[in-house]
Amino acid sequence: MEQKDPKLIVSVSPHISSGRTTRGIMLDVIIALLPALAAGAVIFGLRSLLIVAVSIAVCVAGETLFNLITKRPHTVGDLSAVVTGLILGLNLPASIGVYPVVIGSLFAIIVIKCLFGGLGKNFANPAAAARVMMLLAFTDAMASTAPIKIAADAVASPTPLAVMKGAEGAIPKITDMLLGLRGGALGETCAIALLLGGVYLIIRKVITWHTPVVFIGTVFLLSWAIYGSAGAALVQVLSGGLLLGAIFMATDYVTTPTSNLGKCVFALGCGLLTVIIRKFGSYPEGVSFSILLMNLFTNYIDKATKRKPLGGVKA
Amino acid sequence: MAKGLFSSLKGVHVPHRKNTALMETVVMPPPKSVVIPTVMHIGAPAKPIVKAGDKVAVGQLIAESGGFVSAPIHASVSGVVKKVEEITLSNGRNAPAIIIESDGEMTVYEGLAKPEINSLADLAEAIRASGIVGLGGAGFPTSVKLAIKDIEQAEYFVINGAECEPYITSDTRTMLEHSDLIERGVRRISEYLKPKAVYIGIENNKPKSVAKLKQVFADDPTIIVKALPSMYPQGGEKVLIYNTTGRIVPEGKLPLDVGVVIMNVTTLANIERYIETGMPLVEKVVTVDGSAVKNPMNVAVPIGTRLGDVFEFCGGFKSAPAKVLYGGPMMGTAVPSLEAPILKNTNAILAFDEHDAAYKEATPCLRCGNCVNHCPMRLDPPAIAKAYNSGNMEALVKQKVNLCMECGACAFVCPAHQPIVQRHKLAKAALRDWQNSQKGGKA
Repeated sequence: MEQKDPKLIVSVSPHISSGRTTRGIMLDVIIALLPALAAGAVIFGLRSLLIVAVSIAVCVAGETLFNLITKRPHTVGDLSAVVTGLILGLNLPASIGVYPVVIGSLFAIIVIKCLFGGLGKNFANPAAAARVMMLLAFTDAMASTAPIKIAADAVASPTPLAVMKGAEGAIPKITDMLLGLRGGALGETCAIALLLGGVYLIIRKVITWHTPVVFIGTVFLLSWAIYGSAGAALVQVLSGGLLLGAIFMATDYVTTPTSNLGKCVFALGCGLLTVIIRKFGSYPEGVSFSILLMNLFTNYIDKATKRKPLGGVKA
Repeated sequence: MAKGLFSSLKGVHVPHRKNTALMETVVMPPPKSVVIPTVMHIGAPAKPIVKAGDKVAVGQLIAESGGFVSAPIHASVSGVVKKVEEITLSNGRNAPAIIIESDGEMTVYEGLAKPEINSLADLAEAIRASGIVGLGGAGFPTSVKLAIKDIEQAEYFVINGAECEPYITSDTRTMLEHSDLIERGVRRISEYLKPKAVYIGIENNKPKSVAKLKQVFADDPTIIVKALPSMYPQGGEKVLIYNTTGRIVPEGKLPLDVGVVIMNVTTLANIERYIETGMPLVEKVVTVDGSAVKNPMNVAVPIGTRLGDVFEFCGGFKSAPAKVLYGGPMMGTAVPSLEAPILKNTNAILAFDEHDAAYKEATPCLRCGNCVNHCPMRLDPPAIAKAYNSGNMEALVKQKVNLCMECGACAFVCPAHQPIVQRHKLAKAALRDWQNSQKGGKA
């Protein structure tokens, strides 16, 4: 029987996919961070946008250059470098100079991400690692929290965490803290914007509830036990980089455990370390440190929380 | 079933696309010729007993079983054997195929006889003679499943009507159009198997099939029609056994080892048809669908009909086909040519246009964990990838790659489009070679 035989593609199953892509996931993270970025611009001024723009630009340019020099395929199209730059930018004070931002961004993208093999291979969260590095290298520039512009009665103040550790000043009202009218990094203060982004990511199934709920829950309960009141615990939750870290950095796929149980263990560790560092450490803030330290345990947590294959027998 | 939060099996929500679920099966007239391969089942090839020039009729034996795990083959059209020649199957292997030129009459073979069944052994023998193999996709000779030495062993009889693959509705149609065969088949086989209970598992996206069979078996409390969540791969053998009986088939064991005999619903209907009429397996109902197909429908076709002929019967293509599958889009096999024939275990043929067939370039693994969290067998694809890429065979054994049923849930949800199933296939083959060489070394 003669009939036209078309050229057919032969490939291994499955022949359909969920439609989700790396780029799509990164785009969702970017969308989820936009409210926090907007809040930062309103609260700390338009300089916030400049800082974030610089960190994104340096991350994207850094990755492109690295790929060019090492003759690797271009990867900026997956938008992961944009996410790194965006999260790092949100972790910086609006008052910081451009020069430290460039150094920090290069550290995040080149040292932490590219040198370890690029997306999917780095063991540490680039933004958390860069924030910690900058905290140590540019202590003054990083520590000086920017004044709140729009709240007329708010004076240039140290962060609430610094206040709780004995610095002079008053702890802002809870409503101000929810709105983000407090000292801190430009993208970490507005709780409402960050929670909005978190809900978006959970609805879009980019992240699961496990990490943020366990991380924040651990900090809340432990702080309640230490400081003796739910109010003080709430201040702890709304302070520092906890929400930004718990929702956007401790949920980084690459550097955290894959199973839901593993995520809970990881988040519990982050919460414990955060409270310990905040309470006993010489730095007022512990979120980035805790995430960075827990990154080291990811491999072990993955192994320890592995599910037993269905019907698997010991070899 | 009381099961803990963490003990339920995972899976993925795949698009249903059961476009043909409400379309009654259409019988296709015999094609000019059919190509019947001697390998349409797991096991030894059948041995042709006809030669060029022989006249054959529908249902006549043309190749006999090649061993215990094998199956005989019967003529699906009446006409003249044109030749017996070696062809390349879609899995890349070569096997003889019997090519019959149809006379268009579909004359039924005079020697057909109803089998006489008085025992389970008779039943197994009848199924062996019918040429019936697992029609859900695997093509495992059904008689082997019923070769049960100790009848006490069979505690549960599970009928697989899950049909969890997108597009495919041939089992759905069988359940609606041949519920009488299913009813008599279940009761007849149960008579010999004497199970404690019969479970008929159907995904809940087929409410009509569920309702129909519930009504049919309303009188017998030991025959339970279970509407299961539409969670791919609900129809995976081990998954369905777990979700109906709660039993786990251990690695390297068969369902019977945990007291279960499991059979696809269309397999069952064909067994009953053979017992009642003596007509062996010569015709298949296949779902014809996909973005390139003009008129998607369910068609009853003689086994051996070329895919090109079936598509032509369904109005041809509305756009150029770029990928054609045996079976569903999750586990189906891509065929290299429209000359490929309908096999015993073909339950669907799908043709996709260029857009749907587009190859997606793999990007680096993000460690997002989607594959891990959706694997019904609770495997760890990134760990398997690490073991395979580094050639660590001990680690592959430890990661239980052989438990992978290649359902494709992992690759379906992978945002990086990693070829996970392909890697697992390669890993299993590498492991097999390694294990064989280990054995060889010891001997």
